Amino acid sequence: MCCRWAKKNLPRPSRGVDLADNLVAYDARNLQIPDRELMRSGHLACPGCGAAIGMRQALKALGPDTIVVIPACCWAVINGPYPYHSLEVPVIQVAFETAAISAAGIRAALEIQGRNDVTVMAWAGDGGTFDIGFQSLSGAVERNDDIIYVCYDNEAYMNTGIQRSSATPYGAWTTTTPTDSPKAEPKKNIVEILVEHRIQYAATACISHPEDFIRKLQTAKSIRGAKFIHLWISCLPGHKVEERFSIKLARLAVETGVFPLYEVHSGTRYTINHEPTFVDVAEYLKLQGRFRHLQEADIDRIRHNIEWEWQRLRLKVEMGRRLPLPPVGAIAGVQPGRFES
Amino acid sequence: MKADPSGVLVGTHFIDGDHAACEGALAAGCRFVAGYPITPSTEVVERFAARIPLVGGVFIQLEDEIASSIAIQGAVWGGKKVMTVTSGPGLSLMMEHIGLAAITECPCVFVDVQRGGPSTGLPTLPAQADMMQVKWGSHGDYEPIALSPNSPQECFDLMIKAFNLAEMYRVPVFFMMDEVVGHMTERVVIPPADQIEVVERRWTAKKPAEYRPYETNGNMVPDMVKAGDGYRIHITGLTHDERGYPSMTPATQDKLVRRLLNKIRLNADKLLDVREEHTEDADVTVISFGITSRVATAAVDDARAQGLKVGHARLVITWPFPAARIAALAERTKVFLVPELNMGQMVQEVERAVAGRAKVVSIPHAGGTVHEPETILAKIMEAAR
Repeated sequence: MCCRWAKKNLPRPSRGVDLADNLVAYDARNLQIPDRELMRSGHLACPGCGAAIGMRQALKALGPDTIVVIPACCWAVINGPYPYHSLEVPVIQVAFETAAISAAGIRAALEIQGRNDVTVMAWAGDGGTFDIGFQSLSGAVERNDDIIYVCYDNEAYMNTGIQRSSATPYGAWTTTTPTDSPKAEPKKNIVEILVEHRIQYAATACISHPEDFIRKLQTAKSIRGAKFIHLWISCLPGHKVEERFSIKLARLAVETGVFPLYEVHSGTRYTINHEPTFVDVAEYLKLQGRFRHLQEADIDRIRHNIEWEWQRLRLKVEMGRRLPLPPVGAIAGVQPGRFES
Repeated sequence: MKADPSGVLVGTHFIDGDHAACEGALAAGCRFVAGYPITPSTEVVERFAARIPLVGGVFIQLEDEIASSIAIQGAVWGGKKVMTVTSGPGLSLMMEHIGLAAITECPCVFVDVQRGGPSTGLPTLPAQADMMQVKWGSHGDYEPIALSPNSPQECFDLMIKAFNLAEMYRVPVFFMMDEVVGHMTERVVIPPADQIEVVERRWTAKKPAEYRPYETNGNMVPDMVKAGDGYRIHITGLTHDERGYPSMTPATQDKLVRRLLNKIRLNADKLLDVREEHTEDADVTVISFGITSRVATAAVDDARAQGLKVGHARLVITWPFPAARIAALAERTKVFLVPELNMGQMVQEVERAVAGRAKVVSIPHAGGTVHEPETILAKIMEAAR
């Protein structure tokens, strides 16, 4: 495995993204991404699919000693049929509601064999995480099962043809929230729910910020116990966006503040990893057909919601700084003295 | 009584079976649908999401099929006609609550747009391999009703029948579509509401002080009430007596389970819907259901054109199995052929009904597509020799 990136100090994700020239926001010469490809060509994803980009980045971070668990989701199709499948790591495809607990079962069997060098990654969509798979995820996190769970979130059931999930944002069109009654509820905040499980490590990430995502996966890999990464991805047919705007849309999700990049250690210590430029959210919304029906008043509501969510997030950062260290037993698997001061 | 006109989209339409099933449910008076996306049934709930607000109903997309299968039962006790829609993996998740519907005698319709299995199987391709699952899937003894439409028109027509039977017998009724019927687009004629007969829920005429939730009034099917109307009701999945109160005695169990079975078994003659062609002189009879019946019709017609005495019995109501009618056909027919998109499920029921009086030949198919008519024709020729 190439560890070129790991030997260097990773730069913080770049600031001040030039959205006028959004396709080259990162300086490609300074990208710190492992060379080794564990996802090959021949996959079945749509052109520009964020889920495919995300998996490629994830396997670069975790390396070949990884077992991937995939429930029903786009990736159950994307990998392609054996022996032509695109991933060079073992893939266990399981029932929709079981990603976390299947991964936990694999981990238990590895532990019996003393194989602590293998990473088990559950890789599930938003429906399989926020909705049908939530019970299994909650159980695995509460038990502190030693897995990395990545939810790649395209904000609806895209594989079955764009139905709402509890990750679908306020105002979005889907086939089950048609334009005359678009989704009226906010997106479920899955990271905060898992933080309240006292999970050791939870983070958000976005395919437009691969170094940040890769660093977070590496952090997760270094921790024993349950880890959760919420990865925002673009879905071009589902978001109704042109193929060439896959990364632009993802970057706008971050830069408008819609999707903050942050991480939480031990259910307490919050770190905002990227300070957005807070581009007007209308730029993000108007790129997507799923929001085309929104009126100015709806967009205003979304603007205010972004502000409110950021206030809330910053207060949590502050709270994490002020709180004394949690007592032993408050965080699963964390021993006294584990915290940084 | 006649259908509520607000739910009847009168006219001639060119729609697929999934959409026709939605229209059939609306015409039947269904006003609450809970569902979860799953291929190849998703189009049913997509249409509901757009259509049901127009008729004063509610569609909820839930977090999984477990929730869907129980939300509808909540809505029954709130007083509405209800349905959920799924395919194999979702149906597997619903099994516990299908048993609950059976023991609480909760009238509800489960639409299963069948796809290849087991497990994820063939999400976008047809099968008829859930037939035994709906009969036996939940634990314990119960008798469900199942119907097998073979066209978009029947998805409309038989859906009304499915709702009516759910109300008449207070059982979970399974609507056994498959991917081909669900996604096949054909002409569907929806008649005016005054030509559609619907069975309304039979509410009790008794006063609250006299009402006992599982008292049967002689016809084995108790009258209903809904929560909030002043009646004292106790709905439970525990074995219960006529008052609805849990009772753990073998005698109560025996009385309850026998009635759950007998309200279907002893009405099997009323629940007979076998559509027959040329069976009166048939030496060979093809028994089929659902999409396979359309392939079988082509094969039987070809064989008849060649002068062979072949008949065709299509099972429209598949559960309860029409054992008596098949036994009667066995008096004349020498060979029964049973093509089905599974590896031999309903053929076992045919064998049981025929009981050795004729030869029974399975024509299995693992799914993914339908039989070739030539496959069935070849078996007919072989049997007629």
